[in-house]
Amino acid sequence: MSDGLLHGVVYSVLIVSVVLTATAMALWFERKFAARMQTRLGPTIVGPIGLLQPVADLLKLLQKEDIVPDNADAAIFNLVPPLAALAALGAAAVVPFSPSVVASDLDVGVLYVLAIGAVTVLPIFGAGWSSNNKLALLGGMRAVAQSISYEVPLLLSAMVPVILSGSLRLGTIVQMQADHHWFVVWPFFIGLPAFGIFMLAMLAEANRIPFDIPEAESELVAGVTTEYTGMKFALFYMAEYVHTIVASAVGAALFLGGWDGPFFPGLHWMVLKTLLLFTAVYWVRWSLLRFRSDQLMGLCWKWLVPMGVLLVGAAATWVVVFP
Amino acid sequence: MTQGLALLAFLVVSFLAVGSLLVGARLLRVRARVDSPLKRETYECGETPRGMAWVRFHARYYVVALFFVLFDIEAALILPWSTIVREVGTTGLVAVGTFVGVLMLGWAWAMRKGALQWV
Amino acid sequence: MTALQTVQITRRVDPHLSIDRYDPEGELMLLHFGPQHPSTHGVFRMDLYLDGEKVVKVIPHVGYLHRAVEKLCETLAYVQITPIVDKNDYVAPMTNEQALNMAFEAALKLEVPRRARWMRTLFAELQRIASHLLWLGTFALDLGGALGGGSTVFIHCFRERELVLDLFEEVTGARFHYNTHTIGGNRHDLPAGWSAKVHAALDVIGPRLDEYEAMTLENRIFLDRTVGVGKLDAELALELGITGPILRACGVDHDLRRDAPFHAYDEVKVNVVTAQGGDCLARAQVRLGEMRESVRLVRQMVDGVPEGSINSGKPVKLPVQTKIPPGQVYVAIETPRGELGTYLVSDGTQFPYRLKIRPPSLHALSALPYIVPGGTVSDAVAILGSLDPIMGEVDR
Repeated sequence: MSDGLLHGVVYSVLIVSVVLTATAMALWFERKFAARMQTRLGPTIVGPIGLLQPVADLLKLLQKEDIVPDNADAAIFNLVPPLAALAALGAAAVVPFSPSVVASDLDVGVLYVLAIGAVTVLPIFGAGWSSNNKLALLGGMRAVAQSISYEVPLLLSAMVPVILSGSLRLGTIVQMQADHHWFVVWPFFIGLPAFGIFMLAMLAEANRIPFDIPEAESELVAGVTTEYTGMKFALFYMAEYVHTIVASAVGAALFLGGWDGPFFPGLHWMVLKTLLLFTAVYWVRWSLLRFRSDQLMGLCWKWLVPMGVLLVGAAATWVVVFP
Repeated sequence: MTQGLALLAFLVVSFLAVGSLLVGARLLRVRARVDSPLKRETYECGETPRGMAWVRFHARYYVVALFFVLFDIEAALILPWSTIVREVGTTGLVAVGTFVGVLMLGWAWAMRKGALQWV
Repeated sequence: MTALQTVQITRRVDPHLSIDRYDPEGELMLLHFGPQHPSTHGVFRMDLYLDGEKVVKVIPHVGYLHRAVEKLCETLAYVQITPIVDKNDYVAPMTNEQALNMAFEAALKLEVPRRARWMRTLFAELQRIASHLLWLGTFALDLGGALGGGSTVFIHCFRERELVLDLFEEVTGARFHYNTHTIGGNRHDLPAGWSAKVHAALDVIGPRLDEYEAMTLENRIFLDRTVGVGKLDAELALELGITGPILRACGVDHDLRRDAPFHAYDEVKVNVVTAQGGDCLARAQVRLGEMRESVRLVRQMVDGVPEGSINSGKPVKLPVQTKIPPGQVYVAIETPRGELGTYLVSDGTQFPYRLKIRPPSLHALSALPYIVPGGTVSDAVAILGSLDPIMGEVDR
């Protein structure tokens, strides 16, 4: 038992530090990627090809003055930024990066990922409410509506691999795909749409364009983060990126066979798949415009939810007919 | 049990990582030589805000909340079934199918009534 | 029928009612939208009365960029005014200069050489392309955000706009505030080989316009955000004095370039682009169509610029030598934003007695209280962006 715990602690430290570093590098990567899409160069000054830009950004943000508005509810205002980062980071605990590299292979892993994903809305709404700022309040309200809406298709689409593999443990789900087929490959008519819905809903939970209406800087200035400065703002910002990385990793594990792949060790495949999904997310982000909040809700309730229910039914029928 | 403890360890490590950032910011941050109440005023596009933001807010989204409760309970009920679909076979499929079917009838009715047409 | 009656007939929202009539119990949230806001196109303020996300009433506030240009002009000699009005519509400075100098020429009854008139037409059309490209970029920014797809469109539009600015730089030496028009003609002649460069630039811009249409008019999210948003009907638009692309988007076929030709527009055929619906999409369609039309016009005209002098006026040694006989004159031209009018009253001295500029953007903004209520905050941003206001000319 103490062996397992030791294993958990060691991998916790490892995974947390790797994910945080990856977040910093993701910032650089996204800026370079976006710049290339926009015929720009992106960061070039700090370090070779701007690689040290995230470090410079972090140092700058650490030194920023910390301002709490007089009208704000200081206790909640100060509490929610670390909570946001924590909630985003927490989901990484159960992701199997390889058969052995996992901090805690919970037997209810999928449920845990969904639960901690749902927690992310609390700090965002808390920030919107405690700022006592009308723009932030509007952003917070939008965040609540959006998060709870997209929670449902997220649940339904995550249920598909659970049904197909018969387990809530992420390790088992990946093992199942390694033994048979990746779920996006076979049965592709169930796996592929479920994968699409899962990624869309995950994007919505992470507030990325086209689902970033809680921030919507052209409408709400900076939405919920309007009043935040320095490190507290950075934590919200970081939470978004961590959430995107972790969502990509979970999506890769649930549908793309996780660490499964030929020739290379499992860890390489997992990192590669995560990176691919992550890049796709940014590709979408820098190509699409933003939905209006009611259209976003309409998309969820009119299309994604019934599709999710249908997919769950199809997956169950598939499993019952071909056990 | 072990996995649960490992999860707790992970959360503690995450907390320490995030907390150290905040502590670092507290140590390194600059302080203004002169404090100004104007700086701590709520931002509203450069105008002095009229009234607080803590007002009665017309939450048009309450329909969404109702829907969410409905479907979340559905999910909570069928999630246990989803792990044992193979074992319970056709019987389970029919039972859950009936349950979800009734639920989706309600969904269709709500859509027809335009419950999700807001703003 | 008086103006007010028409307004009440055409719109159910009456912006003249005080907020107490809408909201006797003070339950609406008042959100100051601007002046320090990323998408108010400069410093403009809308007071939005919100019921949840829904906008109930809008009160626009202008004047944050007031620089007293008209008063300043009264203390300047005529040739000194041109660089001042460059800064009014800072997205299309060429047309500002043209409107101003045309007023002086009309008051002096001065004939502009044919070559200068052709050059002015070319400049106006190239400026229209540049201005509409900037509009498309900022509109996408309003819809898509500075940290997303919007900024991609924005920067791509700026890439093409640079080509036009390069052409202007070639002629005038300045990229933006040209000061190239003067009383009786132009100051700078076209350099040798300019028309080849224009063709080269248009060869790039023309195909890229197809890309922009694909990125906007065929984009599902763009359509969702613009169709039926900010519907303005033709009667109300005429009532408010709205001109230019916004009026044409309401289905009114009105363009001063064809209906009251100035420059050399009487020598070429201008196809006026109109659209139906009067919503944000129609405005986008009109502006995208106008860019194509401008590309066509420039291509047609750039090789046929007649030879001759570019200025009919005598060289001016001292600014104060130019005196305009007493009288008054009103000249209007079609800028990228609509009818830009210049009303000049002269008392015979070397300074104007009164110089009044009629900016098209100010009239466009006056539509806001009618068309924004009923939409959401997001719609308000989209509508404001689709009106393409330039605060420099609104506030002067």
